Amino acid sequence: MKQLGDIAGVFAYLSLLTVGGGMAAFPELKTLTVDTYHWVTFPEMLHFYSLGQLAPGPNMMMVASIGAVVAGIPGALVALIAFFLPTGILTFVIGRVWTHLATWRWRPAIQAGLGSVSVGLVLAGAIIMGRGALTTVLYAALAIVVFLLLWKTKINPAYPIVASGVIGLVAHYL
Amino acid sequence: MSDDERTWEGEPRPSLRRIFWVFLVMGATSLGGGVVGYLRTGLVTRNRWLDDVTFVELLSISQTLPGLNATNMSILVGDRLRGGWGALLATLGMCLPGATLMTAAAFAYGVGGDSPASKAFLHGIAAGAVGLIVVVMVQLGSRVLKTIADYVFVLATAAAVAGFHVSVPYALIVAGIIAIWWHRPREGKVYHPTTDKPQIGERHHE
Repeated sequence: MKQLGDIAGVFAYLSLLTVGGGMAAFPELKTLTVDTYHWVTFPEMLHFYSLGQLAPGPNMMMVASIGAVVAGIPGALVALIAFFLPTGILTFVIGRVWTHLATWRWRPAIQAGLGSVSVGLVLAGAIIMGRGALTTVLYAALAIVVFLLLWKTKINPAYPIVASGVIGLVAHYL
Repeated sequence: MSDDERTWEGEPRPSLRRIFWVFLVMGATSLGGGVVGYLRTGLVTRNRWLDDVTFVELLSISQTLPGLNATNMSILVGDRLRGGWGALLATLGMCLPGATLMTAAAFAYGVGGDSPASKAFLHGIAAGAVGLIVVVMVQLGSRVLKTIADYVFVLATAAAVAGFHVSVPYALIVAGIIAIWWHRPREGKVYHPTTDKPQIGERHHE
């Protein structure tokens, strides 16, 4: 029960940090699940996070993986509910009053201000993730090629990301 | 049929079962992310539950509020179609396939995740995912960053969190307040609401 309570607390807290997308919560996700609670190692967390990018639907469903590692199916359910309920209720309520906020003079200031801060949080997440994932020249090169492909073409991200996995596998056996 | 039973596009209002099914299909088919593109195809093009203007407006709310774009969109669209139950069933449909897969992935990982081969494969996938995150950042940044000050806020936030281990809530609150104050409404400042709208073809992190 203690573990389920911890899972609920951690993911409800992370949920509120996902300003501008799930990546904004990445630094804190790493701190809590790896360093504070030792639920997963950093490589394990990276693996789940990256698999989550491939899975259909919202790409933070990896919270279910961490919940499941800690406490099986109940852990996965608690992690999902904790991660989606607080912001879900907030969005539901704000969505209903939004038309009243549409002409609020602070609205563009909040959108512009939070916009740049959320880009900063995504950059921080990318740096922390890069420290763990880009350990050799090969992996750094893979990240650059995937970046260029996704930036310049409309290809589905799943293809180059799975291809990076296959190249990692081939390199392992060479 | 009364006006209450019609969507803004004049189509009949969908049943809860239909809402759940349409979001379940989008939740199951949007492999590799890009849920926003699937949402637009499913909601605007195929079912005509929303027009493009409303879609972009809801997407803009989704991106401003905390929470993932895909689930925020499910809540906002579900609520507009069928109230609270519509919001709940749309979100469940959107999340169910991915949640099931990632729970299964955790058990599979427990069985075979420690082998050197699967580690090498997953390490490659992680490297590719870094490339994806950077693209998402560049595309988001090219839309929301307009002045030198905005870039300063980005670098200061990233340096605080990734370099000096400042926890995210502190960084978010301090940098957020300063950045919002910087952009505060002033006399004579003209707001162009069309320039900061999210682009549908953009790669998002949902």
